[in-house]
Amino acid sequence: MIRTIDVCTVTETIKEMCMEANYYLSEDMKLALQESAGTEKSEIGKKILNQLEENLKIAGEEKIPICQDTGMAVIFMEIGQDTHFEGGDLEEAVNEGVRKGYDLGYLRKSVVNDPILRENTKDNTPAVIHYSIVSGSQVKITFAPKGFGSENMSRIYMLKPSDGIEGVKNVIIKTVDEAGPNACPPMVVGVGIGGDFEKAAIMAKQALTRDVNKHSDIPYVCDLEKEMFEEANRLGIGPGGLGGTSTVLAVNINTYPTHIAGLPVAVNICCHVNRHVVKIL
Amino acid sequence: MDKYITTPITEEITADLKSGDFVYITGTIYSARDAAHKRMAETLERNEKLPIDLKDSVIYYMGPSPAREGRPIGSAGPTTASRMDKYAPTLLDLGEKAMIGKGKRSKEVIDSMIKNHAVYFAAIGGAGALLSKCIINSEVVCYDDLGTEAIRKLEVINFPVIVVIDSKGNNLYDSSAEEYRR
Repeated sequence: MIRTIDVCTVTETIKEMCMEANYYLSEDMKLALQESAGTEKSEIGKKILNQLEENLKIAGEEKIPICQDTGMAVIFMEIGQDTHFEGGDLEEAVNEGVRKGYDLGYLRKSVVNDPILRENTKDNTPAVIHYSIVSGSQVKITFAPKGFGSENMSRIYMLKPSDGIEGVKNVIIKTVDEAGPNACPPMVVGVGIGGDFEKAAIMAKQALTRDVNKHSDIPYVCDLEKEMFEEANRLGIGPGGLGGTSTVLAVNINTYPTHIAGLPVAVNICCHVNRHVVKIL
Repeated sequence: MDKYITTPITEEITADLKSGDFVYITGTIYSARDAAHKRMAETLERNEKLPIDLKDSVIYYMGPSPAREGRPIGSAGPTTASRMDKYAPTLLDLGEKAMIGKGKRSKEVIDSMIKNHAVYFAAIGGAGALLSKCIINSEVVCYDDLGTEAIRKLEVINFPVIVVIDSKGNNLYDSSAEEYRR
Protein backbone atom coordinates (compact mmCIF):
# COMPACT_ATOMS: atom_id res chain seq x y z
CA MET A 1 0.00 0.00 0.00
CA ILE A 2 1.44 3.36 -1.05
CA ARG A 3 1.49 6.10 1.57
CA THR A 4 1.13 9.68 0.39
CA ILE A 5 2.95 12.54 2.10
CA ASP A 6 2.40 16.20 1.27
CA VAL A 7 5.76 17.94 0.79
CA CYS A 8 4.48 20.79 3.01
CA THR A 9 4.87 18.37 5.93
CA VAL A 10 8.52 17.94 4.97
CA THR A 11 9.02 21.73 4.85
CA GLU A 12 7.39 22.28 8.26
CA THR A 13 9.31 19.42 9.86
CA ILE A 14 12.67 20.63 8.57
CA LYS A 15 11.89 24.21 9.61
CA GLU A 16 11.40 23.06 13.22
CA MET A 17 14.47 20.82 13.11
CA CYS A 18 16.72 23.74 12.05
CA MET A 19 15.80 25.62 15.21
CA GLU A 20 15.80 22.65 17.57
CA ALA A 21 19.25 21.51 16.42
CA ASN A 22 20.79 24.95 16.84
CA TYR A 23 19.35 25.81 20.28
CA TYR A 24 19.57 22.47 22.07
CA LEU A 25 22.26 19.83 22.07
CA SER A 26 21.12 16.19 22.24
CA GLU A 27 21.14 14.44 25.65
CA ASP A 28 24.04 12.13 24.73
CA MET A 29 26.22 15.13 23.83
CA LYS A 30 25.28 17.01 27.01
CA LEU A 31 26.15 13.96 29.07
CA ALA A 32 29.48 13.52 27.28
CA LEU A 33 30.40 17.16 27.98
CA GLN A 34 29.46 16.80 31.65
CA GLU A 35 31.52 13.63 31.95
CA SER A 36 34.55 15.29 30.38
CA ALA A 37 34.26 18.21 32.83
CA GLY A 38 34.39 15.63 35.61
CA THR A 39 37.51 13.86 34.36
CA GLU A 40 39.47 16.81 32.90
CA LYS A 41 42.89 17.18 34.57
CA SER A 42 43.69 20.75 33.47
CA GLU A 43 42.23 23.63 35.50
CA ILE A 44 41.88 25.85 32.40
CA GLY A 45 40.32 22.90 30.59
CA LYS A 46 37.79 22.36 33.38
CA LYS A 47 36.96 26.07 33.37
CA ILE A 48 36.33 26.02 29.62
CA LEU A 49 34.13 22.91 29.86
CA ASN A 50 32.07 24.58 32.58
CA GLN A 51 31.68 27.65 30.38
CA LEU A 52 30.50 25.43 27.53
CA GLU A 53 27.81 24.03 29.82
CA GLU A 54 26.84 27.58 30.79
CA ASN A 55 26.73 28.43 27.07
CA LEU A 56 24.34 25.53 26.41
CA LYS A 57 22.09 26.74 29.23
CA ILE A 58 21.90 30.30 27.84
CA ALA A 59 21.32 29.03 24.29
CA GLY A 60 18.43 26.81 25.36
CA GLU A 61 16.76 29.34 27.64
CA GLU A 62 17.03 32.33 25.32
CA LYS A 63 16.84 30.50 21.99
CA ILE A 64 20.19 31.90 20.86
CA PRO A 65 22.22 29.50 18.68
CA ILE A 66 24.74 27.47 20.72
CA CYS A 67 27.35 28.58 18.17
CA GLN A 68 27.11 31.48 15.70
CA ASP A 69 28.18 29.04 12.97
CA THR A 70 24.77 27.47 12.56
CA GLY A 71 26.25 25.43 9.79
CA MET A 72 25.53 24.25 6.32
CA ALA A 73 22.32 22.23 6.52
CA VAL A 74 23.21 18.56 6.06
CA ILE A 75 20.19 16.30 5.75
CA PHE A 76 19.97 12.53 5.53
CA MET A 77 16.60 11.37 4.16
CA GLU A 78 15.77 7.70 4.35
CA ILE A 79 12.68 7.31 2.25
CA GLY A 80 10.56 4.19 2.49
CA GLN A 81 9.99 2.77 -0.98
CA ASP A 82 6.22 2.64 -0.39
CA THR A 83 6.04 6.43 -0.03
CA HIS A 84 4.71 8.87 -2.57
CA PHE A 85 5.28 12.63 -2.25
CA GLU A 86 2.70 15.09 -3.56
CA GLY A 87 2.18 18.83 -3.57
CA GLY A 88 5.47 19.89 -5.14
CA ASP A 89 9.13 19.16 -5.66
CA LEU A 90 10.68 17.29 -2.70
CA GLU A 91 14.10 18.91 -2.93
CA GLU A 92 12.56 22.37 -3.11
CA ALA A 93 10.39 21.50 -0.08
CA VAL A 94 13.49 20.54 1.89
CA ASN A 95 15.24 23.78 0.95
CA GLU A 96 12.11 25.78 1.80
CA GLY A 97 12.22 24.22 5.27
CA VAL A 98 15.85 25.33 5.65
CA ARG A 99 14.99 28.80 4.34
CA LYS A 100 12.13 29.22 6.84
CA GLY A 101 13.96 27.67 9.77
CA TYR A 102 17.06 29.83 9.37
CA ASP A 103 14.98 32.98 8.92
CA LEU A 104 12.47 32.46 11.74
CA GLY A 105 15.08 31.02 14.08
CA TYR A 106 17.54 33.92 13.81
CA LEU A 107 20.14 31.50 12.52
CA ARG A 108 23.18 32.59 10.55
CA LYS A 109 23.15 32.37 6.78
CA SER A 110 26.53 30.91 5.96
CA VAL A 111 26.15 29.60 2.42
CA VAL A 112 27.67 31.17 -0.71
CA ASN A 113 26.23 30.49 -4.16
CA ASP A 114 29.48 29.36 -5.76
CA PRO A 115 32.79 28.18 -4.27
CA ILE A 116 34.79 30.70 -6.33
CA LEU A 117 32.36 33.57 -6.93
CA ARG A 118 31.20 33.42 -3.28
CA GLU A 119 28.02 35.47 -3.06
CA ASN A 120 25.99 34.76 0.07
CA THR A 121 22.60 33.22 -0.80
CA LYS A 122 21.16 35.01 2.27
CA ASP A 123 18.87 32.12 3.23
CA ASN A 124 21.37 29.32 3.98
CA THR A 125 20.21 27.25 1.01
CA PRO A 126 20.90 24.99 -0.69
CA ALA A 127 21.19 22.17 1.82
CA VAL A 128 23.42 19.14 1.30
CA ILE A 129 20.92 16.29 1.00
CA HIS A 130 21.72 12.57 1.07
CA TYR A 131 18.77 10.44 -0.05
CA SER A 132 18.49 6.73 0.41
CA ILE A 133 15.63 4.44 -0.48
CA VAL A 134 14.77 1.90 2.22
CA SER A 135 11.98 -0.63 2.74
CA GLY A 136 8.66 0.36 4.28
CA SER A 137 6.60 3.55 4.15
CA GLN A 138 8.30 5.76 6.73
CA VAL A 139 10.48 8.76 6.03
CA LYS A 140 13.36 9.26 8.48
CA ILE A 141 14.93 12.72 8.41
CA THR A 142 18.23 13.41 10.15
CA PHE A 143 19.15 17.08 10.31
CA ALA A 144 22.80 17.75 11.13
CA PRO A 145 23.91 21.34 10.56
CA LYS A 146 27.70 21.34 10.15
CA GLY A 147 30.05 24.13 11.19
CA PHE A 148 33.10 24.64 9.04
CA GLY A 149 35.80 25.34 11.63
CA SER A 150 35.90 21.61 12.19
CA GLU A 151 34.78 20.64 8.67
CA ASN A 152 37.92 22.31 7.30
CA MET A 153 40.09 20.04 9.49
CA SER A 154 38.52 16.83 8.09
CA ARG A 155 40.59 14.57 5.84
CA ILE A 156 40.25 11.63 3.47
CA TYR A 157 43.01 9.08 2.88
CA MET A 158 43.15 6.39 0.21
CA LEU A 159 45.29 3.85 2.09
CA LYS A 160 46.68 0.61 0.69
CA PRO A 161 45.26 -2.73 1.90
CA SER A 162 48.74 -3.49 3.29
CA ASP A 163 48.47 -0.45 5.58
CA GLY A 164 45.85 -2.40 7.53
CA ILE A 165 44.35 -1.37 10.84
CA GLU A 166 47.59 0.29 11.98
CA GLY A 167 47.42 2.59 8.95
CA VAL A 168 43.83 3.45 9.83
CA LYS A 169 44.78 4.25 13.43
CA ASN A 170 47.65 6.47 12.28
CA VAL A 171 45.49 8.63 10.02
CA ILE A 172 42.72 9.02 12.62
CA ILE A 173 45.19 10.25 15.26
CA LYS A 174 47.10 12.40 12.74
CA THR A 175 43.87 14.11 11.69
CA VAL A 176 42.81 14.85 15.27
CA ASP A 177 46.29 16.12 16.14
CA GLU A 178 46.43 18.44 13.15
CA ALA A 179 42.90 19.71 13.81
CA GLY A 180 44.05 20.78 17.28
CA PRO A 181 42.71 24.13 18.50
CA ASN A 182 41.23 25.02 15.09
CA ALA A 183 38.39 22.52 15.41
CA CYS A 184 36.98 23.72 18.76
CA PRO A 185 37.91 20.71 20.90
CA PRO A 186 36.67 18.61 22.62
CA MET A 187 35.77 17.13 19.24
CA VAL A 188 33.59 14.32 18.03
CA VAL A 189 35.32 12.23 15.37
CA GLY A 190 33.32 10.51 12.64
CA VAL A 191 35.19 7.90 10.63
CA GLY A 192 34.21 6.02 7.48
CA ILE A 193 36.35 3.04 6.52
CA GLY A 194 35.86 1.21 3.22
CA GLY A 195 33.50 1.74 0.29
CA ASP A 196 35.02 4.10 -2.25
CA PHE A 197 36.10 7.76 -2.17
CA GLU A 198 32.68 9.36 -1.57
CA LYS A 199 31.15 6.45 0.35
CA ALA A 200 33.86 6.76 3.00
CA ALA A 201 33.19 10.50 3.38
CA ILE A 202 29.42 10.06 3.65
CA MET A 203 29.88 7.28 6.23
CA ALA A 204 32.15 9.56 8.25
CA LYS A 205 29.51 12.28 8.28
CA GLN A 206 26.80 9.76 9.16
CA ALA A 207 28.93 8.43 12.02
CA LEU A 208 28.75 11.90 13.60
CA THR A 209 24.97 11.55 13.84
CA ARG A 210 25.20 8.38 15.93
CA ASP A 211 24.79 8.87 19.70
CA VAL A 212 28.21 9.44 21.22
CA ASN A 213 27.55 6.87 23.94
CA LYS A 214 26.77 4.08 21.46
CA HIS A 215 29.45 1.87 19.96
CA SER A 216 29.55 -0.11 16.72
CA ASP A 217 27.95 -3.58 16.74
CA ILE A 218 31.03 -5.02 15.02
CA PRO A 219 33.39 -6.21 17.80
CA TYR A 220 36.69 -5.08 16.23
CA VAL A 221 35.20 -1.70 15.25
CA CYS A 222 33.86 -1.22 18.78
CA ASP A 223 37.36 -1.95 20.14
CA LEU A 224 38.89 0.45 17.61
CA GLU A 225 36.48 3.21 18.68
CA LYS A 226 37.48 2.75 22.32
CA GLU A 227 41.20 2.59 21.53
CA MET A 228 41.08 5.71 19.34
CA PHE A 229 39.14 7.58 22.05
CA GLU A 230 41.83 6.78 24.61
CA GLU A 231 44.70 7.56 22.27
CA ALA A 232 43.24 10.85 20.99
CA ASN A 233 42.78 11.96 24.58
CA ARG A 234 46.49 11.39 25.21
CA LEU A 235 47.38 14.04 22.58
CA GLY A 236 47.11 16.77 25.23
CA ILE A 237 45.18 19.23 23.00
CA GLY A 238 42.39 19.65 25.55
CA PRO A 239 39.34 21.96 25.67
CA GLY A 240 39.82 24.99 23.41
CA GLY A 241 43.22 23.56 22.43
CA LEU A 242 44.69 25.04 25.61
CA GLY A 243 45.94 21.74 26.98
CA GLY A 244 44.19 18.96 28.83
CA THR A 245 42.87 15.44 28.78
CA SER A 246 39.52 16.08 27.02
CA THR A 247 40.42 16.30 23.35
CA VAL A 248 37.67 14.08 21.94
CA LEU A 249 34.23 13.21 23.32
CA ALA A 250 33.81 10.16 21.08
CA VAL A 251 35.13 8.38 18.02
CA ASN A 252 32.31 6.86 15.95
CA ILE A 253 33.31 4.55 13.12
CA ASN A 254 31.23 3.15 10.25
CA THR A 255 32.50 0.55 7.78
CA TYR A 256 31.49 -0.82 4.37
CA PRO A 257 32.85 -3.45 1.97
CA THR A 258 35.54 -2.13 -0.35
CA HIS A 259 37.59 -2.99 -3.45
CA ILE A 260 40.44 -5.56 -3.42
CA ALA A 261 42.89 -2.72 -4.18
CA GLY A 262 41.75 -0.16 -1.64
CA LEU A 263 41.35 0.98 1.95
CA PRO A 264 39.63 4.39 1.95
CA VAL A 265 39.49 6.18 5.32
CA ALA A 266 37.58 9.43 5.80
CA VAL A 267 37.84 11.34 9.08
CA ASN A 268 35.13 13.96 9.60
CA ILE A 269 35.93 16.20 12.54
CA CYS A 270 33.12 17.89 14.46
CA CYS A 271 33.46 20.40 17.29
CA HIS A 272 31.76 19.95 20.67
CA VAL A 273 28.60 21.45 19.11
CA ASN A 274 27.81 18.16 17.36
CA ARG A 275 24.21 18.83 16.35
CA HIS A 276 21.78 16.25 15.08
CA VAL A 277 18.03 15.88 15.28
CA VAL A 278 16.00 12.93 13.98
CA LYS A 279 12.31 12.97 13.00
CA ILE A 280 10.20 10.23 11.50
CA LEU A 281 7.29 11.03 9.18
CA MET B 1 46.95 36.00 35.52
CA ASP B 2 43.72 38.04 35.18
CA LYS B 3 44.08 41.42 33.44
CA TYR B 4 41.49 44.06 32.58
CA ILE B 5 42.21 46.28 29.57
CA THR B 6 40.39 49.08 27.78
CA THR B 7 40.58 49.98 24.09
CA PRO B 8 42.43 51.47 22.24
CA ILE B 9 45.15 48.85 22.69
CA THR B 10 48.51 50.62 22.75
CA GLU B 11 52.02 49.17 22.66
CA GLU B 12 52.25 49.85 26.40
CA ILE B 13 49.24 47.58 26.95
CA THR B 14 50.44 44.76 24.70
CA ALA B 15 53.90 44.84 26.30
CA ASP B 16 52.28 43.86 29.59
CA LEU B 17 50.25 40.94 28.18
CA LYS B 18 51.86 37.52 28.47
CA SER B 19 50.95 34.25 26.78
CA GLY B 20 48.53 32.46 29.12
CA ASP B 21 47.01 35.60 30.70
CA PHE B 22 43.23 35.77 31.08
CA VAL B 23 42.23 39.17 29.71
CA TYR B 24 38.91 41.04 29.93
CA ILE B 25 38.47 43.67 27.19
CA THR B 26 36.22 46.71 27.55
CA GLY B 27 35.61 49.28 24.82
CA THR B 28 35.26 49.28 21.05
CA ILE B 29 36.36 46.40 18.86
CA TYR B 30 35.63 45.55 15.21
CA SER B 31 34.40 42.26 13.83
CA ALA B 32 35.71 41.17 10.44
CA ARG B 33 36.22 37.76 8.87
CA ASP B 34 37.07 36.21 5.49
CA ALA B 35 35.15 38.31 2.97
CA ALA B 36 35.75 41.61 4.82
CA HIS B 37 39.49 40.92 4.96
CA LYS B 38 39.52 40.18 1.24
CA ARG B 39 37.75 43.46 0.55
CA MET B 40 40.11 45.43 2.78
CA ALA B 41 43.07 43.89 0.94
CA GLU B 42 41.53 44.86 -2.42
CA THR B 43 40.94 48.40 -1.14
CA LEU B 44 44.58 48.71 -0.16
CA GLU B 45 45.70 47.30 -3.52
CA ARG B 46 43.82 50.14 -5.21
CA ASN B 47 45.61 52.60 -2.87
CA GLU B 48 42.28 53.61 -1.34
CA LYS B 49 41.50 54.39 2.30
CA LEU B 50 40.19 51.61 4.56
CA PRO B 51 36.69 52.07 6.00
CA ILE B 52 38.01 51.70 9.58
CA ASP B 53 40.97 53.21 11.41
CA LEU B 54 43.28 50.35 12.36
CA LYS B 55 45.58 52.28 14.70
CA ASP B 56 45.63 50.48 18.09
CA SER B 57 42.55 48.51 17.03
CA VAL B 58 41.24 45.08 17.96
CA ILE B 59 39.78 42.90 15.22
CA TYR B 60 37.52 40.06 16.26
CA TYR B 61 37.31 37.25 13.69
CA MET B 62 33.60 36.69 14.01
CA GLY B 63 30.39 36.63 11.99
CA PRO B 64 27.36 36.73 14.31
CA SER B 65 23.97 35.09 13.99
CA PRO B 66 21.12 37.63 13.65
CA ALA B 67 19.97 39.48 16.78
CA ARG B 68 16.56 38.76 18.27
CA GLU B 69 14.34 41.77 19.07
CA GLY B 70 15.74 43.81 21.92
CA ARG B 71 19.17 42.20 21.77
CA PRO B 72 22.29 43.87 20.29
CA ILE B 73 23.58 40.73 18.60
CA GLY B 74 22.99 36.99 18.21
CA SER B 75 25.47 34.24 18.97
CA ALA B 76 28.95 35.72 18.60
CA GLY B 77 31.90 33.35 19.07
CA PRO B 78 35.27 33.34 17.30
CA THR B 79 36.02 31.80 13.93
CA THR B 80 39.26 30.04 12.90
CA ALA B 81 42.00 32.66 12.63
CA SER B 82 44.29 30.90 10.14
CA ARG B 83 42.03 31.86 7.23
CA MET B 84 42.93 35.50 7.92
CA ASP B 85 46.70 34.75 7.99
CA LYS B 86 47.11 35.87 4.40
CA TYR B 87 45.80 39.35 5.25
CA ALA B 88 46.88 39.89 8.87
CA PRO B 89 50.50 41.06 8.36
CA THR B 90 49.34 43.97 6.17
CA LEU B 91 46.75 45.05 8.74
CA LEU B 92 49.26 44.73 11.57
CA ASP B 93 51.62 47.02 9.62
CA LEU B 94 48.76 49.53 9.51
CA GLY B 95 48.40 49.60 13.28
CA GLU B 96 46.10 46.71 14.22
CA LYS B 97 47.29 45.74 17.71
CA ALA B 98 45.19 42.73 18.65
CA MET B 99 43.32 39.93 16.95
CA ILE B 100 40.70 37.69 18.55
CA GLY B 101 40.02 34.28 17.04
CA LYS B 102 40.69 30.62 17.65
CA GLY B 103 43.33 28.23 16.39
CA LYS B 104 46.87 28.40 15.12
CA ARG B 105 48.61 31.28 13.28
CA SER B 106 51.28 31.17 10.58
CA LYS B 107 54.94 32.07 11.11
CA GLU B 108 54.46 35.15 8.90
CA VAL B 109 51.70 36.44 11.21
CA ILE B 110 53.72 35.75 14.35
CA ASP B 111 56.79 37.51 12.88
CA SER B 112 54.62 40.50 11.98
CA MET B 113 53.11 40.51 15.49
CA ILE B 114 56.58 40.68 17.04
CA LYS B 115 57.60 43.47 14.65
CA ASN B 116 54.41 45.44 15.36
CA HIS B 117 54.10 44.68 19.11
CA ALA B 118 50.72 43.00 18.64
CA VAL B 119 48.95 40.16 20.44
CA TYR B 120 46.70 37.27 19.42
CA PHE B 121 43.87 36.37 21.75
CA ALA B 122 41.68 33.27 21.67
CA ALA B 123 38.06 33.39 22.72
CA ILE B 124 36.29 30.11 23.52
CA GLY B 125 35.18 28.50 20.29
CA GLY B 126 31.59 27.32 20.31
CA ALA B 127 30.52 29.52 23.22
CA GLY B 128 28.81 32.14 21.08
CA ALA B 129 25.69 32.45 23.23
CA LEU B 130 27.77 33.08 26.37
CA LEU B 131 30.15 35.54 24.65
CA SER B 132 27.21 37.52 23.22
CA LYS B 133 26.40 38.59 26.79
CA CYS B 134 29.56 40.75 26.86
CA ILE B 135 28.55 42.70 23.72
CA ILE B 136 26.27 45.63 24.54
CA ASN B 137 26.08 47.28 21.14
CA SER B 138 26.68 46.32 17.52
CA GLU B 139 26.45 48.38 14.36
CA VAL B 140 27.45 47.63 10.80
CA VAL B 141 30.23 50.00 9.71
CA CYS B 142 30.56 48.84 6.11
CA TYR B 143 30.15 45.98 3.62
CA ASP B 144 26.51 45.50 4.66
CA ASP B 145 25.95 43.42 1.51
CA LEU B 146 28.17 40.71 2.99
CA GLY B 147 25.51 39.87 5.59
CA THR B 148 27.13 38.21 8.58
CA GLU B 149 30.56 39.04 7.12
CA ALA B 150 30.03 42.83 7.21
CA ILE B 151 32.43 44.82 9.40
CA ARG B 152 30.75 45.61 12.72
CA LYS B 153 31.71 48.03 15.45
CA LEU B 154 31.08 46.31 18.77
CA GLU B 155 30.93 47.78 22.27
CA VAL B 156 32.11 45.15 24.72
CA ILE B 157 32.32 44.95 28.50
CA ASN B 158 34.81 42.55 30.11
CA PHE B 159 34.92 40.41 26.98
CA PRO B 160 36.86 37.27 28.08
CA VAL B 161 39.87 36.14 26.06
CA ILE B 162 43.15 34.32 26.64
CA VAL B 163 46.52 35.56 25.35
CA VAL B 164 47.67 32.73 23.07
CA ILE B 165 50.53 34.52 21.31
CA ASP B 166 52.06 37.56 23.02
CA SER B 167 54.05 40.38 21.47
CA LYS B 168 57.30 38.46 22.05
CA GLY B 169 55.97 35.49 20.06
CA ASN B 170 55.43 33.13 23.03
CA ASN B 171 52.73 30.64 22.00
CA LEU B 172 50.40 29.02 24.53
CA TYR B 173 49.21 26.35 22.07
CA ASP B 174 52.77 24.99 21.81
CA SER B 175 53.42 24.82 25.54
CA SER B 176 49.99 23.82 26.91
CA ALA B 177 49.43 20.68 24.82
CA GLU B 178 52.92 19.37 25.64
CA GLU B 179 52.09 19.40 29.31
CA TYR B 180 49.29 16.84 28.89
CA ARG B 181 50.71 14.86 25.95
CA ARG B 182 51.49 11.26 26.95
